[in-house]
Amino acid sequence: MEGFPVLLITLLSPVLAALILTFIPRDENKLIKCIAAVGTFISMALSLYVYFAYDKSLGGLQFVMQVPWIKDLGVTFFLGVDGISLPMLLLTNLIGFSAVFASWNVDHRPKDFFILLLLLIAGVMGTFIAQDLFIFLLFYEVVVIPIYILVIIWGSTKRVTKEYAGMKLTIYLLIGSGFLLVGVIALFMKTTAIAGVPDMSFTGLAEAGRRLGAFDQKWLFALMLFGFGSLLSMWPFHSWSPDGYAGAPTAVSMIHAGVLKKIGGYGLIRIALFVLPVGAKFWAPLIAVLGVCGVAYAAMAALAQKDLKYIVGYSSVSHMGYVLLAIGSMSVIGLNGAVANMFAHGVMAALFFSMIGFIYEKTHTRWIPDMGGLARQTPRLAAGFMLAAMASLGLPGLVSFIPEFTIFVASFKVYGGLAVIAIAGIIITALYVLRAGANTLFGPPRHEYDHLKDIHGPELVPLAVLGTALVVGGLLPFLLFDMVNSGIVPLMAQINGALQMVGGVF
Amino acid sequence: MLTLSVGLTQYMVLSAILFGIGLFGVLSKKNAIAVLICIELMLNAVNINLLAFNKFVTPTQFIGQIFAIFVITVAAAEVGVGLAIIIAIYRNKLSVNLDEFDWLKW
Amino acid sequence: MVDFAMQHAWLVPLLPALAFVVIVFLTKPWQKLSALVAVAGIVGAFVFAALAAYGVFTHPEFTEGSLVYGVRWLSMPGLHINVGIMLDPTSAMMIFMVSLVSSLIFIYATGYMKGDPGFSVFFSYVSLFAASMLLLVLSSNLLEMFVGWELVGLCSYLLIGFYTHKISAREAAKKAFVTCRIADFGLLLGMLSLQIVFGTLDLPELAQKIAHFHQYTSAGVLTLIAVLVFLGPIGKSGQFPLHVWLPDAMEGPTPVSALIHAATMVVAGVYLVGRMLFLFSEIPSAMELVAITGAFTALFAATIAITQREIKRILAYSTVSQLGYMMLALGVGSLSASMFHMWTHAFFKALMFMGAGSVLTALHHKADVWEMGGLVKKMPITAWTFVVGGLAIAGIPPFAGFWSKDEILATALNSHHYVLFAMGAFTAFLTAFYMWRLIFLAFFGEENPANHPVESPWNMTVPLIILAALATVGGWVGTPWDNVWSQWIFFGEVEHAAPNYGVMIGSVILALAGIYLAYQLYYVDREKVKAKALAERYHGIYTLLFNKYYIDEIYLWFNHAIVDGSAKLFYLFDIYVVDGIIVNGLGAFTRLSGEGLRITETGRLQNYALVFFLGVLIIAVALAFSSPSAAGLLLGGVK
Repeated sequence: MEGFPVLLITLLSPVLAALILTFIPRDENKLIKCIAAVGTFISMALSLYVYFAYDKSLGGLQFVMQVPWIKDLGVTFFLGVDGISLPMLLLTNLIGFSAVFASWNVDHRPKDFFILLLLLIAGVMGTFIAQDLFIFLLFYEVVVIPIYILVIIWGSTKRVTKEYAGMKLTIYLLIGSGFLLVGVIALFMKTTAIAGVPDMSFTGLAEAGRRLGAFDQKWLFALMLFGFGSLLSMWPFHSWSPDGYAGAPTAVSMIHAGVLKKIGGYGLIRIALFVLPVGAKFWAPLIAVLGVCGVAYAAMAALAQKDLKYIVGYSSVSHMGYVLLAIGSMSVIGLNGAVANMFAHGVMAALFFSMIGFIYEKTHTRWIPDMGGLARQTPRLAAGFMLAAMASLGLPGLVSFIPEFTIFVASFKVYGGLAVIAIAGIIITALYVLRAGANTLFGPPRHEYDHLKDIHGPELVPLAVLGTALVVGGLLPFLLFDMVNSGIVPLMAQINGALQMVGGVF
Repeated sequence: MLTLSVGLTQYMVLSAILFGIGLFGVLSKKNAIAVLICIELMLNAVNINLLAFNKFVTPTQFIGQIFAIFVITVAAAEVGVGLAIIIAIYRNKLSVNLDEFDWLKW
Repeated sequence: MVDFAMQHAWLVPLLPALAFVVIVFLTKPWQKLSALVAVAGIVGAFVFAALAAYGVFTHPEFTEGSLVYGVRWLSMPGLHINVGIMLDPTSAMMIFMVSLVSSLIFIYATGYMKGDPGFSVFFSYVSLFAASMLLLVLSSNLLEMFVGWELVGLCSYLLIGFYTHKISAREAAKKAFVTCRIADFGLLLGMLSLQIVFGTLDLPELAQKIAHFHQYTSAGVLTLIAVLVFLGPIGKSGQFPLHVWLPDAMEGPTPVSALIHAATMVVAGVYLVGRMLFLFSEIPSAMELVAITGAFTALFAATIAITQREIKRILAYSTVSQLGYMMLALGVGSLSASMFHMWTHAFFKALMFMGAGSVLTALHHKADVWEMGGLVKKMPITAWTFVVGGLAIAGIPPFAGFWSKDEILATALNSHHYVLFAMGAFTAFLTAFYMWRLIFLAFFGEENPANHPVESPWNMTVPLIILAALATVGGWVGTPWDNVWSQWIFFGEVEHAAPNYGVMIGSVILALAGIYLAYQLYYVDREKVKAKALAERYHGIYTLLFNKYYIDEIYLWFNHAIVDGSAKLFYLFDIYVVDGIIVNGLGAFTRLSGEGLRITETGRLQNYALVFFLGVLIIAVALAFSSPSAAGLLLGGVK
């Protein structure tokens, strides 16, 4: 496999599928979906291969591909994966593949829908395997456009109109990237001045970035924190999340909640923390406080919701609070937990949204008081829903428990009482998740839903793929943690090295 | 003896006065035809400038004069188009009062 | 074979877990096959457990150190978790007891659940339930134990809410899960603290380190940790004030109630405290807390049980009360007595719940004991086995409950906890009274003509008979004269408590008094005039007890008013402040500033021209004043 550009093919497979789709007549409904499925399947299979072929004992960047691009800006088309980006890559493709099947019943302009969806998947994937800041931003912007179009055409209007939801989602993404862009340009200018030659690769930036003065690091980090934070739905920049997910079509909710918002957390760790350790150290308490605010606040808000998608929307804000809290702890255990929790939440949220999507498709409502007793009529759907719900409340044996546990260990050590508030969030989470489950699935069955068909055939794919990931990740946590750990340990070693060089300041 | 010597300054003052009159007209006249006439005044003020500089700065070359001819040509074309537009508007609105024409708004 | 079973004790939880997987993915459409798979799984587990237990109890060295083996689950710098098996007399006894009682309950359930549409699903759930409990028992690591702990909680949630169409079942399931979650929050905090302070969650390692805890932390911190850890068992084992979910747990099918109340789930809390006794015993105040909680819960639940009318509810409160005994035993420092009572309790409580299930099947789920009566004639096996259970729980020798309860009371007295002893003794009296009230009302006296009971089929009665036998002889392993039990299962030193005849005779007298009182009120007095008169006379107390001290109502109010209220507040804040004022406010600001600037665009050519020329003028003047060279260019003209 030496020299075989696995990552490039993984990245291009959905793009190629999208390209083929442009030549397919628009009424070839089945064919369109099959091509999309094949495109995402190749990506998923390849990323699984990369995940298990990656040599953890060696560590560092592997499967590297580097092509010089813009000399004057130091930009290279630089792809590569390490222990942090690999789980994210795998997550993207698991969810991407499932998302295609979750949209199996899209009959309104399917061709356009799947082309945009495939481009979206490729864009998200690109951000995780790019090792060059410019390429990273490029893919990030690629993501924005399909999201907007997908929401306003295929979205649904409930409490807010789909136009509002799409606008909110897109503008928040753009505000995030606005902050980010300012930070990135300033960072680039300053590091170029230090290093002498322009270099946009993460490692190059980090080399020079760590030599920046404390003041520069602090304000640059603040910009990045706002940029990535608003993408990660950091409190109080979270309000796009519930509205956006509620308005978006199922597949977009899955991808957005599952992976897209993880770009924020990934960027915080991979770029902001890596390049600006002193700034990170300075802002870490704020990150933790905002994280805890997010956890508690969103959990309480979720408790008051009656729309299923809003519950999951708020719950994802709450879970991202845990990620922020973990990042704020600035420790190996915490960062391990943060990355692993992003993976866990991604799988869980995607499963949740796909199940809610099916419920909505079948019952035409997401309003909890209008539902009940679905466990009788659609048992498989109910099983998927409960699986996601249990993962959401951090049930041991499912993928999200160990990440949460590690986050708690790390944050309890560093922040004590603050972490207790976050840990108490598990009670509220249990309350709203179980309420949603109980009132949707249990209780007396309603006769208007007697005719409903349970999920079957292709509709089972999201449950099978994501459910397997949930259970396997939960029973064999070392599969995930060994990988993450192989990326976090060298990262933290470099950060701690840089912090020690600064010495005495903190 | 009072010698009336006409130098560059005098030309420029004349040109400036002419340009000012034109500008005032452009900004204040209500009649579109009058505005066109005032634009012509401004262009001619420029022409005087060009010719004066030609005479005093580069008397051997005719750069300024050539430029002035260009300006006159363009002015003629401009008047042609401008009058056509005004006539078209007049046919529509039966008026050449500029205050009534704010369609550029928003 | 015995060695194999001991070295592969992980098969014990694995077999029922496999049964779960097989039923869910393969045999679900075939009910009989599913039941067969489940029963095969649990009986297989029982065989392994029995072999392993035999192995342990023939090797006296296991009382000194346990057999521990495991594999790495995850590791990172600063956090290593190994999952493994910890086999010692206590866990060997537990797996034996759990798998034995579960096997009997499974067999019983094949009869009880007959004809239920969710038959296969039921067996998959109970298999997972048993697997989780066995995992919990065998865990060598606190985190692994927590996995089993939570999975037990999940299964109880699924099983209590098994009749999904019933709103009461749904709510009870939710209540069970959330109540346990609140308790688990404490346990989780305790575990985190242990991990942070001692750097490990491995039970043997933790035991060693805590023995020298002064090297790691202060006694105050350890006290806090002990209290936090104890919160978990308070929830799981239904101790006051988190006992509320347990009586509601009877919403599930009766075999589930038996499973929850006897063999799995609730004893997990007691077991955890027993496993962590090395932590509690370092902190005398924590031990006091455990003991007081236990004694109070025992008495508290017994008083409630006196007035209840539903058969399973009475049994449920008796479970809470008996669990209190077990906690009391742990609190006064006797792992031996606590585990002994857990052992005997498992038999007679499973027996009584299954007996109640048999009655409910016969009476088509009419649960009020006042509407029963005289069932002994039509359902002799059920009735007489139930009587055995009643004798056992009341503490009449030679039935099992007598020996274990006696041991607890004697230990409490020997450790000079006189108040707690008195509470325990009084509870013994109440227990005998309310249990025999149930028996007299339901099984004896006149038959209710509205009922047409028939005896249950063999697969329900055979487990009853086996359990009745066990409830009779199960306590003989721990008689005060030849206490085999306490030579195997103990914490610290083997206890050589001399037989305390005073306590023995006293507790028998109390039990007999309770039974006699019930006999007088509910059997001799056919019209129950006196009982009704008593209830009338102490109306206030009666209502208070009947309504379970209104604790459920208080929680309900708290949940609705405080939790939901503040949730609403947060949501409104989000909609109107974060979203309304800040986010949409920014949007509105952008739009309004656009609106404002629009006015400057008049559309009049001459305005534009004016602005244009003014602009040129300003630029020219600015340049003229700012730089001399520009001024020269503008004003001086030529070079």
